[in-house]
Amino acid sequence: MSAAEARRRPILRMIAGRLGIGVFTLFVISVLIFLAVSLLPGDIAQQVLGQSATPETVAAFRRELGLDQPLAWRYLDWVGGVLSGDFGRSLANGRPVADLLAARLGNTMFLAAYAAVIAVPLAVGLGLLAALWRGSWFDRIANVATLSAISFPEFFIAYILMFWLSVRMGWFPSIADPGASPRLAEMLGRAFLPAITLVLVVTAHMMRMTRAAVVNVLGAPYVTMARLKGVSRWRVVTRHALPNALAPIVNVVALNVAWLITGVVIVEVVFVYPGLGQLMVDSVTNRDIPVVQACALIFAAVYILLNLLADVLAIATNPRLLHPR
Amino acid sequence: MLLNIEKLKIEARGEEGWTPILHGVDLQVAKGEVVGLIGESGAGKSTLGLAALGFAQGGLRFAGGRVIFDGTDLLQLPERQRRAFRGRRVAYVAQSAAASFNPAWRLLDQFCEGPAIHHTAGRAESEAFARQLYAAMHLPDPENFGLRFPHQVSGGQLQRAMVAMAMACKPDLIVFDEPTTALDVTTQIGVLAAIRQAVETTGTAAIYITHDLAVVAQMADRIKVMRHGREVEDAPTRRMIEAPAQDYTRSLWAVREFRRPPRALPQASAPTISIRGVTAGYSALDVLSEVSFDIPRGATVAVVGESGSGKSTTARAITGLLPPRAGHVALNGTPLPPRLAQRTLEQKRAVQMIYQMADTALNPRQTIRQILSRPLQFYLGLTGRARETRLNELMEQIELEPARFLDRLPGELSGGQKQRIGIARALAADPEFIICDEVTSALDQLVAEGILRLLSKVQDETGVSYMFITHDIATVRAIADEVVVMKGGRVMDKGLRSEVLDPPRHAYTRELLASVPQMDPDWLTRRIAEGAA
Repeated sequence: MSAAEARRRPILRMIAGRLGIGVFTLFVISVLIFLAVSLLPGDIAQQVLGQSATPETVAAFRRELGLDQPLAWRYLDWVGGVLSGDFGRSLANGRPVADLLAARLGNTMFLAAYAAVIAVPLAVGLGLLAALWRGSWFDRIANVATLSAISFPEFFIAYILMFWLSVRMGWFPSIADPGASPRLAEMLGRAFLPAITLVLVVTAHMMRMTRAAVVNVLGAPYVTMARLKGVSRWRVVTRHALPNALAPIVNVVALNVAWLITGVVIVEVVFVYPGLGQLMVDSVTNRDIPVVQACALIFAAVYILLNLLADVLAIATNPRLLHPR
Repeated sequence: MLLNIEKLKIEARGEEGWTPILHGVDLQVAKGEVVGLIGESGAGKSTLGLAALGFAQGGLRFAGGRVIFDGTDLLQLPERQRRAFRGRRVAYVAQSAAASFNPAWRLLDQFCEGPAIHHTAGRAESEAFARQLYAAMHLPDPENFGLRFPHQVSGGQLQRAMVAMAMACKPDLIVFDEPTTALDVTTQIGVLAAIRQAVETTGTAAIYITHDLAVVAQMADRIKVMRHGREVEDAPTRRMIEAPAQDYTRSLWAVREFRRPPRALPQASAPTISIRGVTAGYSALDVLSEVSFDIPRGATVAVVGESGSGKSTTARAITGLLPPRAGHVALNGTPLPPRLAQRTLEQKRAVQMIYQMADTALNPRQTIRQILSRPLQFYLGLTGRARETRLNELMEQIELEPARFLDRLPGELSGGQKQRIGIARALAADPEFIICDEVTSALDQLVAEGILRLLSKVQDETGVSYMFITHDIATVRAIADEVVVMKGGRVMDKGLRSEVLDPPRHAYTRELLASVPQMDPDWLTRRIAEGAA
């Protein structure tokens, strides 16, 4: 992108800038993860081999893990591997970390996508209706209902749903393992309970932001103008107000989707769902450092990527930047 | 009769229930007739205009009377059926086109929305009609004009695009709500001509709302004067101009006659502010090119020009908010550091500013006492009894009773009172020089005149110098000792008021003066015939 082009299309420059910041943030986070893990008390080789190991075996194992090398060297070695797709080997079972992650990451993404596909349209739709009928009974009920859902701890919601829909009614399995079945319908059925639990947790936040952003724009003179042109109220909200309120909504949606990928450990544990969160918790207990590092890095990357996407979308909804003078 | 509003009452929700703001007003508009509505702000003009669309703004409600449009009482219809009239039979043109166009839509899409929802024309047909209207309104490149977004178009063009949009469904009545108030005179004349032409060629009826008498005299067949939600007077335009029947109407006419008495300026070795070869701008663009002029001690120098001429940028360069790329600004002969941060407290104190929008320039959560105490303490170190004494003096000086106003919040004051507080805040620093940036353009004429008188009086008492930024020639004539005419970031002409204006010395000054609407109802017709618009 030449300088002249950048001046003509400020949006390209802004996106390039955001991408640069994103990459830099990821670098900083990788350093932090590496340092944090290195500073964990205790010797990893000792822990893995157990108290009975002889000092010679421990030393040999340390050499094998590269722990005798300086910190900076170990960091470069790790990052270099990650950049070429090699996350190292698990200390617990010796399998490549990448293989371990692949299956789990797929499950996590599936569950997150499942929940997001329900929650995002639901939340935005409810938010728009609440803005349209603000102050009405619908507005209040939607507010109270979503707020109650977010106020309960997620494991509580999970157990309630499990009790009614699984134990009492027997409609859905309480242990949600989608991996076994190749058929989509069956996968959806098995992951239904965790997905709905997550939907209940994330809807309130997105709905309230949608409502607030739209209501904020509804006071603008161009909204009055649209009404004076004879535009119906629903069309005013969806066609005139929403496009101008997208930026904050997109940001909240991105944060919530990121949470759906990275923050669902508790729900995974309750439903024994084989996702990334559970893998990370297990690896921390086992001191399986390469896996912990890889998980943390993936979580950070997801956060950065989704927020970057939200930033770019928010910029792209601003006609002043998209269509400069 | 196309529109017949009878005994219309509208109420506003207040702290103590509903209070009336229209007290039974009548308004008749015949087919093809243009009725002017004038009065100061708060007179209920816009509320009455919107009522013609069966619309009441948020916090208002219809409390009685009838709005009969072409035989149908709009107030008896449910909202859904009123919508069928809006945009289709009665259209609306708002004051600020910049705020009233949806920033996310192309102009053409906004034009075509009305015909689409009212099913009056197909997309291709209304696009063709839009291009035709854009061409008739002398908009640039009418074929592709509609593909632009609102922010890509200048204010005057946007206002014409809004007039075009109002005509999209070929309505029987258009309500123009102060359509040129936000424009400067050279732009205004083009928009007025476009509106006049649109109304004449289509034969649509119109309600033209404004507080500018000279403008309404050009546009209306008949004028209704309103005050405090009541009709004051209603007469055909010529009779209203030549022989107003009511005192209030006559007082509106008289405002334009305020002239400051001539006086001798104090002698001083150096001018208070001297601007020398200032070039300044944002990013790569120069907004000012080699601007030089002086502000003599105790004098009022008016800086005039259309928007974008660099008036406000000059003010930013003087205050140090925008450091010049070349040239300098001197205070009493001593050059000021270019950046505000480098200036001493004493230098900051000497240069104060009064803003156009008193609404946004005063912190809404601070009382008047807090607002005025801050500069007293910051610049002069006044506390306790001394500060209290000075506060009272300041309030006396701006002619507001200290006991009544000091503990109020800005929101409890009228527009003119807020502007007076803005003046007091500038005076509190005991400055040598005050920049007045369009301080009267957001105010009604009567209130604006009061502010001009006050500023003159303060200057006589304190000897402070003013730089008066304005685009209103009447204000310049009323108050200025010297005039600087700017255009495109350059000084076109400068000198004593009489030299610059009477008769206009520079060609651009002539154009500026010729664009100022006159009370003579034939003025616009003549200007159009002369090819000015």
